[in-house]
Amino acid sequence: MAEIFWGTIWPLILLVVYTLAIIVPLLVAVAYLTYAERKVIGGMQLRQGPMFVGPYGLLQPLADGVKLFFKETVIPSRANKGVFVIAPMLTFILALIGWAVIPFGDGLVLADINVGILYLFAVSSLGVYGIIMAGWASNSRYAFLGALRSSAQMISYEIAMGMIIISVLLTAGSLNLSDIVRAQAEQGWYVIWHFPMFMIFLVSILAETNRLPFDLPEDEASLVTGYNVEYSSMTFALFFLGEYANMILMSAMATILFLGGWLPPFDVAPFTWIPGPLWFILKICAVLFVYIWARATLPRYRYDQLMRLGWKVLLPISFGWLVLTAGVLVAFDLVPG
Amino acid sequence: MILAQLVFYLLAFVTVAAAVMVIAARNPVHSVLFLILAFFNSAGLFILLGAEFLGMLLVVVYVGAVAVLFLFVVMMLDINFVQLREGFLHYLPVGALVGLILLVELGLVFGSMALEPALGAAAGVAADGGATNTEAIGRLLYTDYFYLFQAAGIVLLVAMIGAMTLTMRHRPDAKRQDIGRQVRRRRSETLEVRKVPPRTGI
Repeated sequence: MAEIFWGTIWPLILLVVYTLAIIVPLLVAVAYLTYAERKVIGGMQLRQGPMFVGPYGLLQPLADGVKLFFKETVIPSRANKGVFVIAPMLTFILALIGWAVIPFGDGLVLADINVGILYLFAVSSLGVYGIIMAGWASNSRYAFLGALRSSAQMISYEIAMGMIIISVLLTAGSLNLSDIVRAQAEQGWYVIWHFPMFMIFLVSILAETNRLPFDLPEDEASLVTGYNVEYSSMTFALFFLGEYANMILMSAMATILFLGGWLPPFDVAPFTWIPGPLWFILKICAVLFVYIWARATLPRYRYDQLMRLGWKVLLPISFGWLVLTAGVLVAFDLVPG
Repeated sequence: MILAQLVFYLLAFVTVAAAVMVIAARNPVHSVLFLILAFFNSAGLFILLGAEFLGMLLVVVYVGAVAVLFLFVVMMLDINFVQLREGFLHYLPVGALVGLILLVELGLVFGSMALEPALGAAAGVAADGGATNTEAIGRLLYTDYFYLFQAAGIVLLVAMIGAMTLTMRHRPDAKRQDIGRQVRRRRSETLEVRKVPPRTGI
């Protein structure tokens, strides 16, 4: 009996505890990301942002959550009910499961799988289903148009992202996220070697998470917030949480691939005092700031311009860089492994 | 090991049930969604077998891209559901024939593996040897089957270009943007400041 407990049940309990240890701080981070977004945009537009609920408006995310929770859930009578309800759940779950493979520090990872980067890529490419299902099940023109735009956009930018990821993992010689970070400890951060790819990756993750200036699926000026127009209360909240959790996940991905994950910027005294996970979080915050900065600064792209940018500009450049990377690695005999 | 078996039966059951629902569902969009569920669970089966690279690839390529486009097309189609049901008996013999051929082929493959164990062993080569899954597949594809792999790539490329040439048409009345021309524009070409004397116009 004791053997079964220590062999099977105890690891399961540990797994649940670890999972909660990731998800709970993540949800708090999502709540305060919405707060940070309003404050930063407020600052950039010479406003104050939320100020009334709690000191400096610090309890505003909680108030928003409570408000959404107590609202009535409206399901349109012509909607396809099953799919309509599943869509927001799917978005939210997909935003959470990606975190299973993210290494927060050296060895600090829930599932250290060998194809970690492929797993992340797969999860992010599944994100489109939540949106396309929501758009179709709502049985509304605006929602459907938003869903179509979103699916075309996410597929287009995914290809460029895939090429960028291949360049990085050619240099690192592994698909394991921890190994990619360890390779950067020896070779230097990839933001130096793959700088153009880092820029393209930043643009692609903006498009992949449907954020401004590429937020055409919800384009409130022409589609009255697009795919989630028929959603209310907690179903809307799940979309909202999913979008922000996805932003953090993509920032973590950029941090691991290009900014050296948990590594300090210089391997000397004052920098090494700060523990790895803290560096990781600081870097994620820096990428998130770029997200918000882009939202406050750039006007929305027109749809055909968005497609042109993805297919005719970013994709050829990332293809070219992939060939260049492979060529340099072979020519100078630098191929790892 | 009990856990692995439980997971296997769960995944296998959901795969088969979803596959049945693909042909049983009344709404074509639901069919595609069940197809996606079936893909996803077969990826889970691959991972359970230790073929994690194939599993992820199945999710990235089929679920993440192919099925999205599929869903896209099915949603856009204006389908008359009653009409769709009508042809069922008419197409039944053809469908049954295709199913039968697949069954016979599968039977042949497993039958030959049972009779000639070496064939089955050849399939398991990639799994051992200490290398990771990804490495083993890459080595096999780019050394032993290099020409076949390249040929498959060329076939896909030709199919892609063919589809594009067949569907592309240039409409002379459509308005197009010439990005290069727009970027080349200078202020001197487009903006002119004139002094207009009152009551005369330009």
